[in-house]
Amino acid sequence: MAIITVDNLHKTYGTRVAVEDVSFSVEEGEIFGVVGRNGAGKTTTVECVAGLRTPTSGTIRVEADLKQQVGVQLQDCSLPDKIRVGEALSLYASFYSRPADWRALLEETGLDPRTAFAKLSGGQRQRLSIALALVGNPKIAILDELTTGLDPQARRDTWELIERIRDRGVTMILVTHFMEEVERLCDRVAVISAGRVLAVDTPEGLIARAGGEQRLTFRTREPVDGLRALPDVSSVTTSTDGIPAQPGRRGRAATADDAVEVVVIGTGGLLPAVMSVLPASLMSDLHVERTTLDDAFLALTGEPADQPAA
Amino acid sequence: MATIPRTARLVAVETKLFLREPAAVFFTIMLPVGLLLALGLSIPDFRKPDPLLGGQRPVDAQFPALMVLLSVMMLALSLLPTTLVTYRERGMLRRMSTTPVRPSSLLAAQLVIHVGVAVAATTLTLGLGHLALDMPAPPAFWMFAGVFVLGSTTLFAIGLCLAAVTPNSRVVQGAGAAVLFPLLFLGGMWLPRQVMPEVLRRISDFTPSGAFGQGLTDALAGQAPQPLHLAVLAGWAVVAGLMAARLFRWQ
Repeated sequence: MAIITVDNLHKTYGTRVAVEDVSFSVEEGEIFGVVGRNGAGKTTTVECVAGLRTPTSGTIRVEADLKQQVGVQLQDCSLPDKIRVGEALSLYASFYSRPADWRALLEETGLDPRTAFAKLSGGQRQRLSIALALVGNPKIAILDELTTGLDPQARRDTWELIERIRDRGVTMILVTHFMEEVERLCDRVAVISAGRVLAVDTPEGLIARAGGEQRLTFRTREPVDGLRALPDVSSVTTSTDGIPAQPGRRGRAATADDAVEVVVIGTGGLLPAVMSVLPASLMSDLHVERTTLDDAFLALTGEPADQPAA
Repeated sequence: MATIPRTARLVAVETKLFLREPAAVFFTIMLPVGLLLALGLSIPDFRKPDPLLGGQRPVDAQFPALMVLLSVMMLALSLLPTTLVTYRERGMLRRMSTTPVRPSSLLAAQLVIHVGVAVAATTLTLGLGHLALDMPAPPAFWMFAGVFVLGSTTLFAIGLCLAAVTPNSRVVQGAGAAVLFPLLFLGGMWLPRQVMPEVLRRISDFTPSGAFGQGLTDALAGQAPQPLHLAVLAGWAVVAGLMAARLFRWQ
């Protein structure tokens, strides 16, 4: 059963259109991702769902009491410097008629209740913010950019916390632009670009939509423009385009031998096709992978997921 | 409804936060009380009858009245607007609007705390002044209380107005100081009203601080405050209150 239904949501701020036309529904108990580049309309969309903004047109139906049963974690929201973790949690718990046990939540965040807000690290603030979104014992939690700005360890800790909450049956909407986060946590995702939904699918479904494509990475000094004309090739990107060719290899693109890292995405006999144009002797560091969610996102939106908006 | 305990809870936590700010406690409680005691005890002139004050000693009415004024003005024009604008800037009012508690409760809690501190500082000023400087208890207590309530309402309305029209915490601090210091001067903090040039005293009559300061002095001296000063305070309260209500933004 759908617990949240959004139909033809449209939102403008003055003359600026933030959300053009967004529709999706969220099933009870699932983690639903909302992904897209910065400025795509993700935050506006979920803030409309949370009741913080009024849609210009369209309908939103939420099968829960917005104040009592929907927990919200907002981007750019902080607390007074001097409030202690335990005080914040017990205060917010007192707002709700059937709150969660804030001490148990505190234990899950691993925070010291006596620490003042100003003394918390970014990751600790984020965990407190999530705990505050959950302290009312909500049916639905809306979490906006929950791991942005966190280091990899803090990000993983946060993901574990989300997984434990999922196990309690809380329905969650997760706004993010990290594909790794989507792959790990989300049951289904809506891909939003320029205020419109491009696709709603499972992460696997999105990858399959990208055509079960293969991805060829290699380094070469030769021009690669000719590859774009090949029938099996759907995209060619080089490290000179400013796009990291492979996760984990960032910053290694430019080397002394001025070879360029190239990523070719395509179907069928991709490798023989590429080698018919560019002999193996002119390529180095060659490897072939299946499509990732990053590639699928790129194929859908024509933009890499974690590039900030220009 | 659980609204009352919820708000009480909010007031309790926010009071703790107020008391954890050393500067807030210093400027609103320790400075006025300390100035009265330190200067009142160390400078003999403050304890000599002054013909310009109708034969009263400065420490009998005018000095404590000015210290009450100082405390209320610090609270209303500096601390309250800064707190509210910071809370808005940090998205806390917006965050609260997603919970069952309205953000207006947070504003109400802050008002309660700041007014409470003003009452506490006033009580301490008058109480310790009475014990240490032999200040008479207010001869007409209800008159004093009435002027205190009216003047505090006016200053807090101006403070809320400041919070409403300033975009961020840096601007509100600057704007607060820009309003606070001229008003402290016109209230007679550095140059007592009775030695001000006539034209300056007339200007002072029409400012919230001048009217409040003189009203408090009169009430502490056992005289009825001048109707002009009461009307000036009421006028400022209405104008600032309406502006604050119209212009306040929650995000």
